[in-house]
Amino acid sequence: MNDMSTLDKTVTNTTKISAKNVNVYYGESHAIKDVNVEIEDKTVTAFIGPSGCGKSTFLRCLNRMNDTIDVCRVSGEILLDGEDIYDKRVDPVQLRAKVGMVFQKPNPFPKSIYDNVAYGPRIHGLARNKAELDEIVEKSLRRGAIWDEVKDRLHAPGTGLSGGQQQRLCIARAVATEPEVLLMDEPCSALDPIATAQVEELIDELRASYSVVIVTHSMQQAARVSQKTAFFHLGNLVEFGNTGQIFTNPEDPRTESYITGRIG
Amino acid sequence: MPTFWLVILLCVIAAAGYVLGRQRALSSAGGDARALHSLPAYYGYNVGLSTLVPALGLLVVWLLAQPMLIENRVSGMIPAEAIPEGTTLGLVMSDVRRVAEGLDIAVAEGVLTSEQVRNMRSEFSDIRGRLGEVGVALGSDVRPEVFNAAQAYRSSSATGHTAMVIAVALVALVGLGLSYSKTNKDFRARNTVERAVMALLILAASLAILTTIGIVLSMLFETRNFFGLHSWTDFFFGGTWAPNFRGDSELSILPLLWGTLYISFIALLVAVPIGLFAAIYLSEYAGPAVRAFAKPLLEILAGIPTIVYGLFALLTVGPLLVRIFGQGENGVLGVEWMSGATSVLTAGVVMGIMLIPFVSSLSDDIINAVPQAMRDGSLGLGATKSETVRQVVLPAALPGIVGAILLAASRAIGETMIVVMGAGAIAKFSANPLESMTTITTRIVSQLTGDTDFASPETLVAFALGLTLFVLTLGLNVLALYIVRKYREQYD
Ligand SMILES: Nc1ncnc2c1ncn2[C@@H]1O[C@H](COP(=O)(O)OP(=O)(O)OP(=O)(O)O)[C@@H](O)[C@H]1O
Ligand SMILES: [Mg+2]
Repeated sequence: MNDMSTLDKTVTNTTKISAKNVNVYYGESHAIKDVNVEIEDKTVTAFIGPSGCGKSTFLRCLNRMNDTIDVCRVSGEILLDGEDIYDKRVDPVQLRAKVGMVFQKPNPFPKSIYDNVAYGPRIHGLARNKAELDEIVEKSLRRGAIWDEVKDRLHAPGTGLSGGQQQRLCIARAVATEPEVLLMDEPCSALDPIATAQVEELIDELRASYSVVIVTHSMQQAARVSQKTAFFHLGNLVEFGNTGQIFTNPEDPRTESYITGRIG
Repeated sequence: MPTFWLVILLCVIAAAGYVLGRQRALSSAGGDARALHSLPAYYGYNVGLSTLVPALGLLVVWLLAQPMLIENRVSGMIPAEAIPEGTTLGLVMSDVRRVAEGLDIAVAEGVLTSEQVRNMRSEFSDIRGRLGEVGVALGSDVRPEVFNAAQAYRSSSATGHTAMVIAVALVALVGLGLSYSKTNKDFRARNTVERAVMALLILAASLAILTTIGIVLSMLFETRNFFGLHSWTDFFFGGTWAPNFRGDSELSILPLLWGTLYISFIALLVAVPIGLFAAIYLSEYAGPAVRAFAKPLLEILAGIPTIVYGLFALLTVGPLLVRIFGQGENGVLGVEWMSGATSVLTAGVVMGIMLIPFVSSLSDDIINAVPQAMRDGSLGLGATKSETVRQVVLPAALPGIVGAILLAASRAIGETMIVVMGAGAIAKFSANPLESMTTITTRIVSQLTGDTDFASPETLVAFALGLTLFVLTLGLNVLALYIVRKYREQYD
């Protein structure tokens, strides 16, 4: 996968996920309205929008995490590498191994730090022996920008870390499974500026091999890390385009109001 | 005046106090309720309560204390030589009370006048016969000392009662007067009533606690009596349970404890896996429709009285097991391992069935308390449902589940009806689950039913057994609650 990292950023990438006419309902309430979006490979896509506009909901559609909510109903078509992920033949478990997720609230398992990170690789049999597993764990913790803080207490419980450390642990846990797409729901909302910078660096690094979708409430962060930006408002995808264009020259007046701080 | 009417009188005075207090408060504010510190009714309550509570308190104390004092005085009147061989002062005193009661009844029914009673001489009149007429049967003729004591008993009771009525009424009136005179528009009646409400609640709480302490103390007391009559080494370390009424019983708890633990173990072996799997299915896999239907159904199991489970053990499970492991209708396996329907296995299986809803509903609560975010985290990494349950949900819920299992164990140990009907009555050490065995609870029942004499070790042993059982289950409960509570804090 590293052979691709030398490619120039400006190369137009292939489409990784393509969503067509997606509607999501929670019981009677219509949370996502007719959204069409193309998420490219080896690109960071940012979802922005006011609270409650459906960013998390849409993100969860991309790896079928909404299946776990009884009242949630999804219609439309979401293609991953050209295959409909809502097709009956698709195994959601397999899908989620390919499309990893970091949640809005850190949710480490009540296990040791090591076991938290080793969880995915163990389930999917990614390591042939203990040494390989150790290596994966260390590499993932380094990419999660938390290795230095926890290397001396890998066997302490993950729930004993601070909120920000827990979130970075969850990022490390998600990268350890080597997903093709990484969905991150406000990964930095509990982090200090230094850790945020480290996570952003990680995102930039991940872009070389994966497609990353990040939900964020920070305009600066969206501008810094993403190449594409999608603006959601009240369940509608208002505008989608190159980040530079959205932030400097938005087409829709609602986008402009939001990024300049007039609605939110 | 009978005590009942005294209580009614107190209530009437208190009600009058309510009306008076309310009026006085209103008039002190010139009829304008807004000028009062509290709502007018509070002034009324204050006066009413000040009337009622101290008077009732005195009444209760008096009713408890008076008989004791009189007993003391009267029993001093009976000379030591008047106590016949083979009885005790306590027995003589109960005769005295019976005679005194009989005389009271005779007077009340008009068979005798109080004048006649006062002038009665046991030497001349047939007291036993006269009392027999009013339905008080006496075992033997009344001896002069007993009769005199009974007379003294009656007269002290009568004076005591009169004094009580006067004292209680006085206290009520004083309470009324004091609180009435304090009532004016600035008096903080609302705060006073608030304190009274709190006192009432504290009283209720302490009654519950005191009863528990009382029960434990009475058990302790009887247990001490038992250990006065029987050696404690035999009780705790002996090997045989063989009560008889010749006075050389062997009363060891160990065979009973073995039976209890063995049956409880089998019950848990049945209840824990089934209950836990049911809970996992209901909380992780079942859809809302199944859940809404299956959960109440399981809880109905918990509402079945244990005697019904006992019948089930006796009529269904026992014969079924005999059919499998014995020669009942020629046996399924063709072996001859089991002859009677009562056995450790019968009781254990049925008790296990009884515990299933208990384990499953506790585990269900605990599993549901594991945050959804934890499951999402695991599912989001591409784990299946069962991997998630096994590796994330169960480890997180484990301490709570262990607590639930301990609670179930303590119920199993204390369970009575099922073992009475399903386990048999033979105390022995045996590892064969197809034999009948007995438990601590069933032996308590059998030692205390039928003709009993509360002075023999064969009867008193029941209290020692009960106390041991209590300590055992209390220990388990405390441990379980500790574990469950520690676990609860984890997510709060
Ligand atoms: N489990 C659920 N059941 C019912 N309604 C839900 C559920 N989850 C979300 N919603 C509703 O769907 C809408 C979109 O919610 P969503 O969580 O996607 O918002 P969001 O854009 O992620 O907001 P935030 O920035 O605050 O995270 C909201 O109106 C919310 O109330
Ligand atoms: Mg959200």
